[in-house]
Amino acid sequence: MSVDIASNADLETAAGNTVYVYEAPVRLWHWINALSIVVLAVTGYLIASPLPSVGGEASDNFLMGYIRFTHFTAAYVFAIGFLVRLYWAVVGNHHARQLFLLPLNDAKWWAGIWHELRWYFFFEKLTQKYVGHNPLAHLCMYLAITVGGLFMIVTGFALYGEGAQEGHWSHALFTSWVIPLFGQSQSVHSWHHLAAWGIVIFIMIHIYAALRWEFMSRQTVISSMISGTRTFRE
Amino acid sequence: MASETFYEVMRRQGITRRSFMKFCSLTAASLGLAPAFASKIANAMETKPRTPVIWLHGLECTCCSESFIRSAHPLAKDVVLSMLSLDYDDTLMAAAGHQAEAALEEIKKKYKGNYILAVEGNPPLNEDGMYCIQGGRPFVEVLKETAADAKAIISWGACASWGCVQAAKPNPTRATPVHKVITDKPIIKVPGCPPIAEVMTGVITYMLTFDRLPELDRQGRPKMFYGQRIHDKCYRRPHFDAGQFVESWDDDGARKGFCLYKMGCKGPTTYNACSTMRWNGGVSFPIQSGHGCIGCSEEGFWDKGGFYNRVTNINQFGIEANADKVGGTLAGVAGAAVVAHAAVSALSRARSGKTEQGEK
Repeated sequence: MSVDIASNADLETAAGNTVYVYEAPVRLWHWINALSIVVLAVTGYLIASPLPSVGGEASDNFLMGYIRFTHFTAAYVFAIGFLVRLYWAVVGNHHARQLFLLPLNDAKWWAGIWHELRWYFFFEKLTQKYVGHNPLAHLCMYLAITVGGLFMIVTGFALYGEGAQEGHWSHALFTSWVIPLFGQSQSVHSWHHLAAWGIVIFIMIHIYAALRWEFMSRQTVISSMISGTRTFRE
Repeated sequence: MASETFYEVMRRQGITRRSFMKFCSLTAASLGLAPAFASKIANAMETKPRTPVIWLHGLECTCCSESFIRSAHPLAKDVVLSMLSLDYDDTLMAAAGHQAEAALEEIKKKYKGNYILAVEGNPPLNEDGMYCIQGGRPFVEVLKETAADAKAIISWGACASWGCVQAAKPNPTRATPVHKVITDKPIIKVPGCPPIAEVMTGVITYMLTFDRLPELDRQGRPKMFYGQRIHDKCYRRPHFDAGQFVESWDDDGARKGFCLYKMGCKGPTTYNACSTMRWNGGVSFPIQSGHGCIGCSEEGFWDKGGFYNRVTNINQFGIEANADKVGGTLAGVAGAAVVAHAAVSALSRARSGKTEQGEK
């Protein structure tokens, strides 16, 4: 391979080449996140629309209690994961930082989004190759996970702090200002619920797009989030 | 007269020292204070000149007054006759017409900067406040004038605190809560439609006894009554945790007193003391009577969709739908789009695969 005619990026994405992209903590976070989001979505739905009533004495049952406990536990996993992931964005490789920064001034990035949209609408036959996240995925992940996840953490712990009550860290940190900001608790519930649907829709598209890239693009995607390496084709 | 203390007034009313001490103990208990505070209250009432209270009525339904006069601990008659000199309240006072207005003027002059202004209802601001006329003038003018020389303001009820039903969309009269009109005075909100009688008398007793506002939360409500949700102290809470709900009115669960969460009870999102203090002298409260809480002490409760839905409507997008309808519909559309896109992708790939083979 001649070095002088191709840039490093071209070299990295040359057919058959394999690059180490996603470090172990990033991959681990991805799958822990995936699991916690599924648990949060299901239990969250059941908190808003509970299962049919159980019979017997109240003292013999704790169904709603367990559902809420599961939701709160998964929420802690999600939130702590988010914090650890932020830490890793600082100490990890530059791909670990991508999720938290949008290159809004980068014309190439916008061109990449446009190209990809054209690809999804069948105007383009081939995708461009990307070592990290492709621009459109980058934008969507940023909106759904970075911004959306943060919104869920803030509103979620604000609601949690209502039950934990004054004196609890979640009340001091979130409830005390989030509830007045929205006006009242019911509105926070509504927006928390709506944003959850937003994340569910993101996940549907995310999984489909990942599958489609795996099979139809010129690089690995799903296997990259397992092995950490990205292999390029063609 | 200005130097007359609470105690002197009470003695003048024929209340014995013994009854006075009992009253102080009861008040301390109803405020959730330690027993030692009973003597502090007694001391304060013996030494402090009583503070006059002006009670104004704006755009409202008088349910706050109706609630107030039913206070059992302390009895409203004690509060009105002995504790506070409710010098002006156009609904409760004996005087009327010019006589009443003269009384108002006199208090404002005599106790300048020293009286407490209690506001029931709110001022409508549209058409220069013409939607609420009092003594021949727009209420907003009376409110601003009276507030200018007040020491502190109490916003009684959801009207004065948040706006309530007269401020419901599209709010034709532009009914506006007091804190948005008067911005330079300490305001204590006592929301509810109406607030609990004992909460009202408790707040006013606290202010007169300790000569300061009780500790307020960020939204200006006294923490001692609005620090917890109905849900936190609801006697049906065990049924909530167990997963036992009323599924429809008059079902078996309703008869057994199960949780009203699924019937749209707003207890989990409402800060008030109903589940602890209850109503009508502690007889009952809505949930105990089998109906869910409607969240009447919360901001905007009148515009938050159905009282009987758990997941309530949001109107931000110009449509009336709840999060499940909006989110579920979008998820359905996204799912259909994914399936359709996958099918088209597979088709076009199959087609291009053939041509590519030909090219190669």
